[in-house]
Amino acid sequence: MSAPLLAAEGLTLRFGAIPALLDVAIDIAEGEVVAIVGESGSGKTTLLRVLSGMIAPDAGTVRWLGQDVHAMGEAARRRLMRTEWGFVHQNPRDGLRLAVSAGGNVGERLMAVGARHYGKIRAEALSWLARVEIDAARIDDLPRTFSGGMQQRLQIARTLVTRPRLVFMDEPTGGLDVSVQARLLDLIRSLSRELGLAVLIVTHDIAAARLLADRILVMRRGRVVEQGLTDRVLDDPQHPYTQLLVSSVLAA
Amino acid sequence: MSTMEGYNFAYLDEATKRMIRRAILKAVAIPGHQIPFGAREMPLPYGWGTGGIQVTASILGPQDTLKVIDQGSDDTTNAISIRRFFRRVAGVATTEHTAEASIIQTRHRIPERPLREDQIIVYQVPQPEPLFRLEPRRAETKRLHALADYGLMHVRLYEDIARLGHIAKAYDYPVMVNGRYLMSPSPIPAFDNPKMDRMPALQLFGAGREKRIYAIPPYTEVRSLDFEDHPFRPIRAPHACALCRSTDTYLDEVITDDAGGRIFVCSDTDFCAERQAAAAPKEAAE
Repeated sequence: MSAPLLAAEGLTLRFGAIPALLDVAIDIAEGEVVAIVGESGSGKTTLLRVLSGMIAPDAGTVRWLGQDVHAMGEAARRRLMRTEWGFVHQNPRDGLRLAVSAGGNVGERLMAVGARHYGKIRAEALSWLARVEIDAARIDDLPRTFSGGMQQRLQIARTLVTRPRLVFMDEPTGGLDVSVQARLLDLIRSLSRELGLAVLIVTHDIAAARLLADRILVMRRGRVVEQGLTDRVLDDPQHPYTQLLVSSVLAA
Repeated sequence: MSTMEGYNFAYLDEATKRMIRRAILKAVAIPGHQIPFGAREMPLPYGWGTGGIQVTASILGPQDTLKVIDQGSDDTTNAISIRRFFRRVAGVATTEHTAEASIIQTRHRIPERPLREDQIIVYQVPQPEPLFRLEPRRAETKRLHALADYGLMHVRLYEDIARLGHIAKAYDYPVMVNGRYLMSPSPIPAFDNPKMDRMPALQLFGAGREKRIYAIPPYTEVRSLDFEDHPFRPIRAPHACALCRSTDTYLDEVITDDAGGRIFVCSDTDFCAERQAAAAPKEAAE
């Protein structure tokens, strides 16, 4: 197997007396979809923020292609964040500029990396709106006039426009109704396959994890209690907490 | 003219002038970068040129000749009162002619006559931060400047083209200085932006309320932001000046009566008067 894109080991972080992460290790290979599941407060989102360089851990390292993410300068980290990485927030309002049109939102990352041709930026924005199934006629509308599901799809288009290699997703389907969730999951799955994206997705929805992920990490109280291939973990859970988690999924 | 009793030369005390000169030196060393300084209370309100006045007071010497313009005009209230202020507190010579001035303090215009190496132009700046409307947090804009992360400004220009078909900013049009810092040129018309590029004169910018000084050294590259397929265009009214017939200067629209009558005249009154004077003898001879 080739060297992993992102490799983290020994990650530990405490918020005062509360341990948020305890000796967490994780590897993500090129094109691999990894889900982190666990209950609220188990440290999933904190792990995502540490891996993406937003918070520095107390101990441990995060390496991107062998380079220490937390040791590189802020300029280099920001460049990484707008070229090779993407971050999809749970709440699309955190990831979008609400006062800027849909086209401007998609074009921002292109302009940030130096695109200076209006016609090409606009053509690229139109093609991405089509890929995430947003009507081309709405390219000049403000995102606040969009529905929740459309806003989330716009955020995905905005993140993927620079063709990142790794995308962090923090509960991208949270707060959406079930049919919209299903379409969004379908979209994420097809785009990640088509573009060969590596995706690190945080979710508490076991069904979503089964649909999307190649591998699963189960977190509880800041520790990874179990990890492995999705089908193995969900069909044959070893740890008592995973067993509880799997058995508490409601069957429709 | 005699100066007023009880005031230091050019109103500010010497310690303050030194502090401002230090800020100016730093600003000249990093073209386009905003340097904070301790702006003093001045005997006129914020928004009337307190930043420009403090910069002028710090660089003024007894042998200098000062010109002050407001919207290109030498005879508006702001220009007259600032000129009189320096005549009274510094006793310097003042002029309305661009060619005779060694220091020109300006609000909203750059003179039409090209400036020389031995001249300094001081701009009054209301808002020094070009990203102000796009990113309200000062700490964040400082970070964006430090990382030269200016995609946001282009998003704004993109929005203009998407909505209106062209870049709608007609004044305070953002520029890149020396290929590094994004800078607000103060509210001069976009028409004047090309004059800043490689200007032989030193350009100083003072923002009193925002307490910032920045500068462009002589012969520095100043480029207006644009897109490859929507290049920067200096905008001017498509008319000739009603007084001097000039077709390549920036024009003001002036209403002449209550019946909708209006004319276009040069906004730079000194330049217009010189052209009229030059044309007059020829007409008399014909």
